[in-house]
This record gives sequence, structure tokens and C-alpha cells, in this order.
Amino acid sequence: MSDPKPNATRRTLLKGAAAAGGALGFPFVQAQEKITLRYLGTAVNQDKEIADKFKADTGITIDYIPVTTDDVTKRAVTAPNSFDLIDTEFFSLKKIIPSGNLLGIDTTRIKNASKITTLFTKGEINGKKVGDQGTAPKKVMYLEAPTSKVFAKEPTRYMTLIPTVYNADTLGIRPDLIKRPIESWKELLNPEFKGRASILNIPSIGIMDAAMVVEALGLHKYPDKGNMTRPEIDLTIKTLIEAKKAGQFRALWKDFNESVNLMASGEVVIQSMWSPAVTAVRTKGIACTFQPLKEGYRAWASGFGVPKTVHGKKADAVYEFINWFLDGWAGAYLNRQGYYSAVLETAKAKMAPYEWAYWMEGKPAAQDIKSPHGDLLAKAGSVRDGGSYETRMGAIACWNAVMDENAYMVQKWNEFVAA
Amino acid sequence: MTRERGGIAAWLQAAPYALVLVMFLVVPLVLVVVVSFWHATDYDLIPAFSVQNYLDAFSGCASTTELCVTFKTYLSTLQFCLLVWAITLAIGFAVAYFLAFHVRSVGTQTLLFIVCTVPFWTSNVIRMISWIPLLGRNGLINEALRGIGLIHAPIEWLLFSDFSVVLAFVHLYTMFMIVPIFNSMMRIDRALIEAARDAGASGWQTVWNVVLPLSRTGIVIGSIFVVTIVMGDFVTIGVMGGQQIASVGKIIQVQTSYLQFPAAAANAVMLLIVTLLMIFGLTRLVDLRKEL
Repeated sequence: MSDPKPNATRRTLLKGAAAAGGALGFPFVQAQEKITLRYLGTAVNQDKEIADKFKADTGITIDYIPVTTDDVTKRAVTAPNSFDLIDTEFFSLKKIIPSGNLLGIDTTRIKNASKITTLFTKGEINGKKVGDQGTAPKKVMYLEAPTSKVFAKEPTRYMTLIPTVYNADTLGIRPDLIKRPIESWKELLNPEFKGRASILNIPSIGIMDAAMVVEALGLHKYPDKGNMTRPEIDLTIKTLIEAKKAGQFRALWKDFNESVNLMASGEVVIQSMWSPAVTAVRTKGIACTFQPLKEGYRAWASGFGVPKTVHGKKADAVYEFINWFLDGWAGAYLNRQGYYSAVLETAKAKMAPYEWAYWMEGKPAAQDIKSPHGDLLAKAGSVRDGGSYETRMGAIACWNAVMDENAYMVQKWNEFVAA
Repeated sequence: MTRERGGIAAWLQAAPYALVLVMFLVVPLVLVVVVSFWHATDYDLIPAFSVQNYLDAFSGCASTTELCVTFKTYLSTLQFCLLVWAITLAIGFAVAYFLAFHVRSVGTQTLLFIVCTVPFWTSNVIRMISWIPLLGRNGLINEALRGIGLIHAPIEWLLFSDFSVVLAFVHLYTMFMIVPIFNSMMRIDRALIEAARDAGASGWQTVWNVVLPLSRTGIVIGSIFVVTIVMGDFVTIGVMGGQQIASVGKIIQVQTSYLQFPAAAANAVMLLIVTLLMIFGLTRLVDLRKEL
């Protein structure tokens, strides 16, 4: 810095820096083989351990973009360039596929494609049909051609999404505060729990929970809860509004963590809930049951999709990730959280026999059950809520859905929130 | 000639900022207005000219028996607006008055001013969420009241109620009142206060007849801040109201997340008009350009 002309110094310095940057930076970009995949999905499915393990196995970095369920769909439709891999729910496909932003996944490139559970491919478990009201995955699973914008009626070579996790949702309760058995969805609106109940404020899912309640109360029998007519929507919302005006709900929740806080703090004793939220409450040492109910479960499933903007090496990396995901390690990881994985066979190989017996076969735990993070989830001898895979998933009543009257439903839902 | 030259130079000087405003304010606003007349499906926007989105927003509003959702929502938002405005004004004026007239040294003034900004050192959401363990059914206040035997059952309306929403708003936005009012007060000639006292005015009379009129500009600017923020807010109302209280912002947010952009745009246009009318009303009270 001994240059007598300070101005010149600054300029030469900048020039030099630019030149150095150009000389060093460009070959660096060319030479690098490192690939980063931008993974768009909800935070619930984006575990750091999964990304770390995949990186250790393959050297490919996963860059999580966590947004809400609704925002995943919104970005898939409006900004398909902003991600390389999408993890979305099957019901969103009714909005995403017609936009033409996803490319059918070539199952010949997916090693375990034929082992994906029949729940997705045929809508049955061990040969027994399960409920298919709403957007059941089998209805939106296949495309005629990779670029097709309509769903195929029969299985084809091209899948819309490769399933990753799925589960059957029900009501979560605080058994220590309720102190009596809960057996039906109608308990959500039981005045006994006035000011201590909650329902989730995601219209497309909340309306389904409400429909389960309406049916359990004997007010109406829906031909298809996942595709209501306008009068059916009116009836469902009217029931909710009456309950809200009577002070039934302590709060509504929109975010997974909100439901955990409501339950853990005791503000709410009965509410719509998701399985990892129940686990989260339990790891705080607070009793919480994911209560099986006689009317059955509301199921959901999500899977990986490939946007059509991904090409070349990146596309190969996306397929590599999907194959890795179905290969067992990730499946076992998810099963240990109470979810279910798409290819059960590979996951079983990576789980201890006592873990498999507890999570999948509904047997009493032979020893303490721990979460993947090492927290105690269930003591030896306890049994999983809802029993075995077959009992739980066999009792599916309906699937998360997008209705034909979606716009009307959202408008009516806003009325409920405003009431 | 020279005047005209100066004119051009002035235009040039204003150009960069004008361009930024055009690109990031005017163009998006025009787009919002245009889209509000479009149609949409679940995955597509269809250019059209239809007032259907506006009609949908007011559906049921002709009924005389019950208020429609839109009117009810605006009414509730306006109610919050009024309450929050009144409370922040009272607190903001008091704090600013204390800082401007009772604290003598500039050092102490600065220090106290920084103390006022402490709540802003953490994020908005955290500031809101931290109320929950305090106000909840098993929260600090309820536990304390039960502990000293004042109540037997927890007070329910402390959290997830209109009360908690207003409380959070006041906590978040009083600062926006304090700053402009304090600024106006610092410009008041101290001789005027002395003159009022010499003329026999009591402390309250001085505040009411001298300080208050002269801090009008600050009050109006602070009011504009508070009114516009509260009118557009949906996060505070959502978190503190337990998602059970409607707000105009929340309706727009739900609609955009379901890809109903035209309907959301129509609601946004209406919200904009209402807010602009309120600001227009406020600026009638003070000629801001002259006062600043």
C-alpha cells in the first residue's frame, strides 16, 4: 500500500481482484463434481440425519427448503425452477400435474419400484382393499407418458411420485387429563371438552377431520368425504361454526409445533394431530395417545417428484437419491419415528427384530423403544397405538384430498375462522 | 432559463428513487389490480375482465340478519386498529413526554431511548411467542394468581383472545408512536412552555393547550405507522388469537396459499383502498408537507 496515488491503488486493487477471481473461479466451477440438490418439502420430512447419511454415502449434498404443505404446492405450480426434487403430498398432484411442471418418473430406473407397497399401486394391503375416499394415491399414481398432464387409469411405466412416507392420522388426546376411553371422532365436538379442543387450520385437511366428526355424530353420510358437494360443505362448516361459537375450540393450529405446544402445555386435551407431534409431546415426558377410533383413520402419503427443469447430472443425482431412499436406511429411520416407509422389505433389513415387532407387528416392546435421536419413546412391554401395520393402515377411512369445489370450500373455511 | 435547467437537474436527481418506486411499488400494484379481475383454476391464471372476485368477496353481504364474512372481518380488524391506536397513542405520548421534558441530560435521554428499543432486539415472532408461557392456562400469571389464592380456576381470556392480540400489538408497535412524537416534542420551543407557565397555566393545561397541538405532526405520523401495520397484519392475530380470529390479511394469505391469486388480489385491492382512505383522513388533520 505504498502507492503514492491512493485512487489508483483502489482501482488497481479492484482490477486485480476481478482478474484473480476470474482466473481462479472459472476453472474451479468447471472442475467441480460436487452436486447439490435443492429439496423442496415440509420441515417434518426434512431430517438432518438423512441428508448427512446420504452425503456420507454418495458425496451429494442435500439442501433442504422447508415450507408449509400449501406452499410446496404453490411453489411447484408457480416456481418450478426453484428446486431439483420435490417432496409433496399425493393430493397436491391434482393441482401440480395439470401445470405440466413435473416429469413422470421412469420406474425402470428405480431399483425397488416393484417392491413399493400395494397400498399405493393397488390400494390394498395383503390383498384386502382399504378405504379410497378422497385422493387415494392409486388414483394419481401413474402417467401415460413422462410429459402427460392427465393421470393414467392403469399402472404404467411412469410414476407421478415415488412414495416416501405415509401414515394414518387420528385424534391425539391427553389420557392423563381426559381420564376415560375415547372411541369416536365425535368426541372432538363433545361439550365435555369445551375450550379444550383444537382442529387444524389447513382447510383441505381440517375439513376432512370435520367430516369424520360429522359422520360420527350421525348428521350425514358422505358418499365421498374427499369430494364434497356444496350443500355438504355448507353442512360441515355449519357444524364447525356452531361448535366454535359455543366455545369448543381453545385455538386452531396451522404448524406442527403449534400442535405440540397446545398439547404439551395442557391448553388442549383433544385435537387433530400428526404422529410426529404425538412423539414430540411424549419425548417431553407428557402422556399423549394417538387414539385409534372406530370410524377409522384419515390417511396421507407423500412422495418424491422430479421437476421437468432438471437435466443431465442433476437428474442422475435425483434418481440416485430416490434409489438410496428406498434402499432401507432411510426407511428404517422413518419407521422408527412411527411413519411407514414405501418399501417395507428393505427397511426391515435395517431394523432390529424387536424394533420391527414393536413398530410394524403391533407386538409389546421386548426392550425400551428409542427414537432415532436416542430419546425414550416407549418402555419395554408397551404396545404401539393402533396396533400393527395391517390393523392401522387397513382401517383407513379416507385420504387427504383436493375437492372439485376447492375454491368454495376455502371461502367457507374462512367463514369458519371469522365466525 | 436557469430555472428550467435547475428543473431538469432536479428531475434527474429524483429519477433513481422514482425508478425504484415505479419498479417495486407501482408496477406490482398495477399487476395486483389487473389480476384481481382475472379468473383462476387450481393451477392456472386466466386473463379476463370479470368482477366475479369482488362479488364473491361480498357474497351474502346483502343479508340483513347476519353480517357477511367480509364485513365482519373488516369490522374486527378496524376494532383492533382503533383499540391499538388509542392505547399506543396514550402510552407513546406519555413516554415521549417524559423523555422530552423530564429527562434533562442528553446522555440519559439517549440511554432511555435505547432501552425503549430493547424489545426490538429479538424477532417479532419470538416476542409474540414469549407471551404464551406467561399468559397460558398453566402460565406464570395464572399460576401466580392461583398460588396466592386470588382465583381457583385459571383465567381463560388471557391467551388466544382479543385481549392477547391487543396486548401483543401494543407491545410490538408502541415504539412507532414514541419515536415521531418524541421528535416533534424536541422541536417545541421551550420558551413557549415557560410562557404558558408565566401566564398561569397548570401542568395539565400546558400539556393540553401547548404540547399536544405542537406534537400533532408526530402523532399523525405515528398513527399512520400503527394503522397501516395493524390493518395488514395476520401473523400477530394468528399467533395470539389462536388462529381463531379473522383478519383481512389472513384471508388473503389463505387464498394465496390455495393459488386463488385473483380472489386474493381483489381482497388486497379493497384492503388498500380502506387503508388509503384512513391515511387520507389522518393527513387532513395535519399538512405534513408544511409541518416537516
